[in-house]
Amino acid sequence: MANHISDETIEYVGILAKLELSGEEKEQAKKDMESMLDYVDKLNELDTDGVEPMSHVFPVNNVFREDIVTNGDDREEILANAPERKDGAFVVPKTVE
Amino acid sequence: MGILDLTALELGRKIKAKEISAVEAVQAVLEQTKKAEPAVHAYVSYDEESALKRAEEVQKKIDDGTLTGPLAGVPVAVKDNICTKGYKTTCSSRILENFVPTYAAQAVENLIAAGVVIIGKTNMDEFAMGSTTETSAFGPTKNPWNQEHVPGGSSGGSAAAVAAGECFMALGSDTGGSIRQPSSFCGITGMKPTYGTISRYGLIAYGSSLDQIGPMAKDVSDCAALLEASASYDKKDSTSIERDEYDFTSALVDDVKGMKIGIPKDYFGEGLDPEVREAVMAAARTLEKKGAVVEEFDLGLVDYAIPAYYVIASAEASSNLSRFDGIKYGYRAKGAEGLHDMYKKTRSGGFGPEVKRRIMLGSFVLSSGYYDAYYLKALRTKALIKQEFDKAFASYDLILGPAAPTTAPKLGESLSDPIKMYLGDIYTISANLAGLPGISVPCGKDSKGLPIGLQLLGDCFQEKKLIRAAYAFEQTRTYEAPEIVKGGVQ
Amino acid sequence: MSKQYETVIGLEVHVELATNTKIFCGCSTEFGGAPNTHTCPVCTGMPGSLPVLNKQVVEYAVAVGLATNCSITQNCKFDRKNYFYPDNPQNYQISQLYLPICRDGHVEIETDGGTKSVGIHEIHMEEDAGKLIHDEWEDCSLVDYNRSGVPLIEIVSEPDMRSADEVVAYLEKLRLIIQYLGASDCKLQEGSMRADVNLSVREAGAEEFGTRTEMKNLNSFKAIRRAIEGETDRQIALLEEGREVTQETRRWDDTKEKSYPMRSKEDAQDYRYFPDPDLVPVIISDEWIEQIRDAQPELRDEKRRRYKETYGLPDYDIDIITGSKHLANIFEATIDHGAEAKEVSNWLMGETMRLVNDSEMDLTDISFAPEHLAALIGMVKKNEINRKVAKEVFEKIFKEDVDPKAYVEEHGLKSMNDEGALKETITQIVSGNPKSVEDYKAGKKKAMGFLVGQTMKATQGKADPGVVNKILKEILESL
Repeated sequence: MANHISDETIEYVGILAKLELSGEEKEQAKKDMESMLDYVDKLNELDTDGVEPMSHVFPVNNVFREDIVTNGDDREEILANAPERKDGAFVVPKTVE
Repeated sequence: MGILDLTALELGRKIKAKEISAVEAVQAVLEQTKKAEPAVHAYVSYDEESALKRAEEVQKKIDDGTLTGPLAGVPVAVKDNICTKGYKTTCSSRILENFVPTYAAQAVENLIAAGVVIIGKTNMDEFAMGSTTETSAFGPTKNPWNQEHVPGGSSGGSAAAVAAGECFMALGSDTGGSIRQPSSFCGITGMKPTYGTISRYGLIAYGSSLDQIGPMAKDVSDCAALLEASASYDKKDSTSIERDEYDFTSALVDDVKGMKIGIPKDYFGEGLDPEVREAVMAAARTLEKKGAVVEEFDLGLVDYAIPAYYVIASAEASSNLSRFDGIKYGYRAKGAEGLHDMYKKTRSGGFGPEVKRRIMLGSFVLSSGYYDAYYLKALRTKALIKQEFDKAFASYDLILGPAAPTTAPKLGESLSDPIKMYLGDIYTISANLAGLPGISVPCGKDSKGLPIGLQLLGDCFQEKKLIRAAYAFEQTRTYEAPEIVKGGVQ
Repeated sequence: MSKQYETVIGLEVHVELATNTKIFCGCSTEFGGAPNTHTCPVCTGMPGSLPVLNKQVVEYAVAVGLATNCSITQNCKFDRKNYFYPDNPQNYQISQLYLPICRDGHVEIETDGGTKSVGIHEIHMEEDAGKLIHDEWEDCSLVDYNRSGVPLIEIVSEPDMRSADEVVAYLEKLRLIIQYLGASDCKLQEGSMRADVNLSVREAGAEEFGTRTEMKNLNSFKAIRRAIEGETDRQIALLEEGREVTQETRRWDDTKEKSYPMRSKEDAQDYRYFPDPDLVPVIISDEWIEQIRDAQPELRDEKRRRYKETYGLPDYDIDIITGSKHLANIFEATIDHGAEAKEVSNWLMGETMRLVNDSEMDLTDISFAPEHLAALIGMVKKNEINRKVAKEVFEKIFKEDVDPKAYVEEHGLKSMNDEGALKETITQIVSGNPKSVEDYKAGKKKAMGFLVGQTMKATQGKADPGVVNKILKEILESL
């Protein structure tokens, strides 16, 4: 056991999760993740060979919508919570250099 | 007897009989709320004006015969991760501090149709991640029984609001025990239905495959009535289950004769507080005296539920919470340089430490090279845990145990050691992994005067058995409210 | 360049399906519309909203799979592809990684090099992203989610193609199949069909593949050709210099005819796929597959056979007309309005193609009403107008979809087929051109053409040239 999480890993996961951690937070995150993973490693005691991973508890399938337009123009409602809007659109920092 | 001493169903009957008006009921709750909130802080927000206005409308509809249901006019609280149209829904997070949904959760729609009056939105652990309601960005909720203690979580605000008389009943959500554990800590009854029974549409997701909305109330009857009013098959939720029947209140029968109840030995091992153990075993004896067949058995895999849960819940959460990015709604950090900096500053500033911890863990276990070892392993473990329960329910109608290993801890005691906090969910978590219904019913108090909860688990779709046993047990006790309610409005 | 190189190409083709609504919500998929007017909580990633699958998407995907000889995954699932970008409102795209709906198919393509089979690795269903509009004046971009959640299928080929010709032939083939199925209009320019090119080079005869790059932003066949040539050259140049090709995604800039790497450090390509817990598996029974197969419209090869048997058209004409489902539809509808097949074919092969080429438009943009062409053909047959006039009128039909009867009436274009009146005119022309008459009599048959021309001029082109010829000959012989 005893997982080791490197600085690079924390940096990398931060990029994936879009979280920016301070130096102190990073150290804490490393420790937290190490102890969580040590704990999770308990699962390795279990022999799960041949066991189908279970995403859904119930065998429900084929839940469909018919292809019929049910929504109208709700633009005002959709934009109502936007931190910044312009010309009926959401504003984001420029996405091209 | 004052209004606040009534149960929700009793109040509903008196409103129907015109002994009490819906407005009077709301006024009583609001007065109690103003009195109790400084000490308890159960609500993130409540709106007196709109509650009173709604009570008037509801009263009119009761008077003209359009609203006839048992909960018409009853003041209800809603956990703040369940969307309310035109009313702030924050998940107790800074990142959603000003979010006003333009749509309501299906469960809320159902309750509005049943004529309830929503008082406000209850405090919770941020994004339902926690077991104490201390991770709320808006400050912790305190246990109405003793304000030095936590109310449990994540639906701690809902539990505290019911216990403190700040509403008659409340909706909570349960991903790993978040209804049952705070119900236990606050001395009320709370139920997690079978996965898919109450629509998740409008419930802001934490772990989608585990999340389930459920009722929290003063007693089993109210719980059954609130479940009946909130549940529905919803075509907007692909995981919603069409149940054969929704008349849960028909199971309120004081009869457990011949019912087979299993007690997992594994639930009574190390870590269980002796006072909790004693109260729960006493409850088992009570049920036995009433004619149930009670026996111990080996459930197995109990220790694997928590690690499996944290992998699955964190993984789903890391994806579910990626939509909070400062573009469409919620908090956006100022002064960012470029898109990715905006994302990072917004999310780092908008989420609290526990949420960030789980997002980091979840992102890691799904990342390239780890998916099989962690995520698939956890899903396989989940399948094995489900098999264990299938085996158990082949022999027993119900499984009996504690809702939590201890009574409510003191504020600040749990957060320092996350693993220890996670271990507090040991009895509740596997019901979420296996999709099972579970109920927590008060069964005593410890020497500090803090409530203890008895948990009953049923097989999928067997809510009625749970309700029947819980109701029969409840008949041997009387509901007790904390001091903060006594001496309340008469 | 001393060594010989071979280019190895695989394609990822995204096709927008022709459903009425989006893949997971009841918003319209209609093109255009003011920003964010075709949106709802689901396709804008509002908290608490949940997706519900559009059944038609599954049926189109299965239909395309069957038509491309794929095996159908009868228990398929949706997965989340996690990455942050503003056009993706949930910051994950619902797609299929582990169990795509179709696998292991192929299509036959024909190029000058002969016939060849291109393997299809898989086809999966997914949702489209929104659109980013870059503000010219301020340092920001605007997000429009009207396209967010429009259903796509992504068709992933095997790396079986070796040249731009093969790539274009493969795309044409897919386009035809999908258009025939009615599953999409497949317009490259409008983005309802988009191709990403995975390309690597290797020394001729080598067994191992080279390192590949993925090129995006290719929105015409011309751009695809240029990008393939450009990228092949770039990779060969790198190898010749002893350098390595980096595996990366590149954006093709067709105006500069150059590609650029697309991603930065912030885009770690680690999508953390996992099964979407909000959606349930799709189980496709044998019966359902058969239903979809039975409901399939006539595909191109069947149409070809039928046109030959029923109408006896030449192979060349059949190839052109069936080369576009839209053109074939116009062909059949015009016949349904009473026109003769051979005539319709002539108008489509001749004038229609000429006008399409002149205006550099897509065949799918032909928008005239087939009954107008049928009416025009009828008028020619009844000699109400002559062919020259008919061509003029057809141009009006093609461009403005005018009603030919009304147009001819309004502009007085009807043929002068009153022989008496025509005789009078011709007699005048003959007497006014004695030199030509002389030439004719002297055996210069060319003079006849001049006199016909004069007659047509005098009748403003409305006379039937055949009738003019006949009368003129009679008059000249009688002199």
